[in-house]
Amino acid sequence: MRYLPLTRADRAAMLETIGASSVDELYSDVPEGALLDAPVDLPHHLGEMQVERDMQALAAKNIGTSSAPSFLGAGAYRHHVPATVDYVIQRGEFLTAYTPYQPEIAQGTLQYLFEFQTQVASITGMDVANASMWDGATSCAEAVLMACRATRRKKAVLSGGLHPHYREVTETYCQYSDTEVTGRDGNPEQQATVEELGELIDDQTACVVVQYPDVFGRIQDHTRLADLCHAKGALLVVVFTEAVAFGAIKSPGSFGADIVCGEGQSIGNALNYGGPYVGLFATTQKLVRQMPGRLCGETVDQDGKRGFVLTLSTREQHIRREKATSNICTNSGLCSLAFTVHMSLLGEDGYRRLATLNHENACKAADAIDAVPGASVVNDSFFNEFTVKLTKPAAEVVEALVAKGVLGGVPLSRLYPNRSDLDNYLLVAVTETNTDEDIAALAGALKEVLA
Amino acid sequence: MTFATHTGNRGLVLEEKLIFEQGQPGRTGVDLPEPKGTKSRLGGLDRDSNVGLPGLSEPQVVRHFTRLSQKNFGIDSGFFPLGSCTMKHNPRLNEKVARLPGLSDLHPMQPESTVQGALELIDTCAHWLLVLTGMPAVSMSPAAGAQGELCGMMAIRAALDARGENRRRVLVPESAHGTNPATAAACGFTVDSIPATEDGRVDLAAFEAKLGDDVAGIMLTNPNTCGLFERDVRKIADLVHAAGGYFYCDGANFNAIVGRVRPADLGIDAMHINLHKTFSTPHGGGGPGSGPVVFSEALAPYAPIPYVVRNENGFHLVETADENDGMKPFGRLKGFHGQMGMFIRALTYMKSHGADGLRQASGDAVLNANYLLARLKEKLSVAFPGYCMHEALFDDSFLKDTGVSTLDLAKAIIDEGFHPMTMYFPLVVHGALLIEPTETETKESIDQFCDAVLSLVAKAESGDAEFFKNAPYLTPRRRLDETAAARKPVLRWQPETA
Repeated sequence: MRYLPLTRADRAAMLETIGASSVDELYSDVPEGALLDAPVDLPHHLGEMQVERDMQALAAKNIGTSSAPSFLGAGAYRHHVPATVDYVIQRGEFLTAYTPYQPEIAQGTLQYLFEFQTQVASITGMDVANASMWDGATSCAEAVLMACRATRRKKAVLSGGLHPHYREVTETYCQYSDTEVTGRDGNPEQQATVEELGELIDDQTACVVVQYPDVFGRIQDHTRLADLCHAKGALLVVVFTEAVAFGAIKSPGSFGADIVCGEGQSIGNALNYGGPYVGLFATTQKLVRQMPGRLCGETVDQDGKRGFVLTLSTREQHIRREKATSNICTNSGLCSLAFTVHMSLLGEDGYRRLATLNHENACKAADAIDAVPGASVVNDSFFNEFTVKLTKPAAEVVEALVAKGVLGGVPLSRLYPNRSDLDNYLLVAVTETNTDEDIAALAGALKEVLA
Repeated sequence: MTFATHTGNRGLVLEEKLIFEQGQPGRTGVDLPEPKGTKSRLGGLDRDSNVGLPGLSEPQVVRHFTRLSQKNFGIDSGFFPLGSCTMKHNPRLNEKVARLPGLSDLHPMQPESTVQGALELIDTCAHWLLVLTGMPAVSMSPAAGAQGELCGMMAIRAALDARGENRRRVLVPESAHGTNPATAAACGFTVDSIPATEDGRVDLAAFEAKLGDDVAGIMLTNPNTCGLFERDVRKIADLVHAAGGYFYCDGANFNAIVGRVRPADLGIDAMHINLHKTFSTPHGGGGPGSGPVVFSEALAPYAPIPYVVRNENGFHLVETADENDGMKPFGRLKGFHGQMGMFIRALTYMKSHGADGLRQASGDAVLNANYLLARLKEKLSVAFPGYCMHEALFDDSFLKDTGVSTLDLAKAIIDEGFHPMTMYFPLVVHGALLIEPTETETKESIDQFCDAVLSLVAKAESGDAEFFKNAPYLTPRRRLDETAAARKPVLRWQPETA
């Protein structure tokens, strides 16, 4: 087997040094009858060529977003990832390193984490960010738990614009910790006012969670909501699913948000059928010590040179055990590196231009779709994703679009399976990867399907 | 020989500023088309200030990250015997396959008809895990080992709720990973610690005495964090079941027994499998991981959404708790469907090894660890007697009176060109040194490591404590001041203010 270097002679010599007669003898603590004497019922080992062929056969049964015009979003977005990103993350010194517990030989990982934290804090407009979470949805859940710790309250209000997966994960995380999760149902046609959300805040409310842009694509100013939360002693948590957006719209920090968290997949990371992704998590200086997850900080070494270490680990499970701020251990190191490299390539000009191009393409697609009989764009405002009302159930329309070679968007029924009132709505995302031909193909196919 | 260079660089070890200190306005590493100036529909919230990102060209970015990489030690760099972490070789085929068009470019919300291969891949990966563990069900969605624990413990909580029982105490051995008690607490349980015996296993009598009708279950790592197989594991399972509780097994060390022992035969109810340990998906400097959880019949109905089923139309992804198929999911753990990129790598690894190769891998891992134990035990103090599993544990009594600590020794090992072992874990051993060579190391590299450690121990015994206190000497940075970092945390770069 190509990964296993021990030879028969090695094994014999090693057993002799150990003083054991066989490898089975080393397993003598295993209870009677539980030690298998033959391989389990699975295929035997294969050479590289055969394995690759098998896996290619599985890949060939799928239609990838790079082989058809694709307009899917809803929390995961297809963007161009520069070749440099994949080169860097495949360097063995990054790919095969462990969590940087030995800082003297992990300055590479630690420095990029420090850069990552700075980039995340910059785009969200917050003071500080951590070294990543698992994904946007778990970041949202952790933000709610953090708000409860910080305010010593036990209730969270979720806005109707929050991605249903984020809501479900938050409810799951809160269900056994006496935290009450309330909120409003999502509605693409009607947005809750600040007053309507404000009515749900009481003296036990730890936070209000809004998504910006929201799951239907709408963009709303949350400054007044932040003020209202603060007046009632609650925190404002702003969630996002599209990190490119902050190149075009005001940062959540500018509203006075207390925690900003969401999905960083858009920058540097492939779609990967939903994971691994990278949760971004930022907050104010005041709340740093309530944060979950790893933090990288600056310090000096014995010779006085600047260096970086993991810090404030007294919040974490390996020190605090059952009193930790979260049970998170491993985060999304390599995905955060991909984010950092892509963001470094973009820079100020690139990031903002990328965002502008996304928005312009989305405007173009929105106009094209709006012109199709039977389809109308619902949103007044959007970044690169908007909701379309159709005259037919969106799930059926999407299947019909596949037959015409177009991956046409995400039907809201996929996100809200129990909301038959949303069956005719389609969520359409448009990025810099979509060409004019793609948009024409979508509009053309939609016209035929809706006719 | 020490002398200062003009640049601060030392040969191939190059100093590297932060990207924020290198950027210039007007530079970029991407060429994007000129925007057309379309009137924005951003709801009047157009960004009106700079983000504050530096501008760098592509060659600058490549050089920056290449230089940073050279300050890192990975498995590809050398021997990495970090106990409890399983730093085995990460095959590059796995990386190649994960990047295939038709896999890496799949959107999680595509219609099922367009992702039948992806669902089949998840189902196949699940099948391998089920056969290897002997268990009837598996949840693929947990994002990492710690979330796998959460998955298992939430299923236990849901099962107890369904039984109408208010059991809230979870028994956790002192030697457990910190995630175990943290997870139990996150599920609303209280943690009751079980002591270890003289031979590093659960104290069966103490365990039995703690059982009662308020016990939800036990979280037991097996092989345990001392690198030992829990001899009484079946008795523990029987006792906890007889007391009405469940057996959560922390499967972090499954790599020691994969293909040789099926956890189902030990009586477990749930166990997470760290794909980045047993099945070699890269650690990536701290993730991403993946932590599928296998379940017994008793807990299977409570597994979270989503999950893949096979029906007459092919593979189907169940994404809602309302699909009436007898399941009572406790909820959803993450967005979308799990760490697909890691399933691809793990399945590639499993297919490469096959049932025979996986069995060989666990056997070689245990052989390598016992060989290392045999080579070091004359000089180092073995924590517990007998054979170990995939890792060897020592305490620091061999350093007594030398003035050298476990940490000092580890830092000196760095200068010898190795990644140190895990230190001060598990907590049940004083000054612990936990060494896990893994099966992908040669006898030669283990010998070289053992020779180096033995020479350092001889040096410590000779009274040169000062040498150790100042190690490492040859690294890009020497010992870092962690106290200062925590006292006044600087967590981001800030522009200098005038």
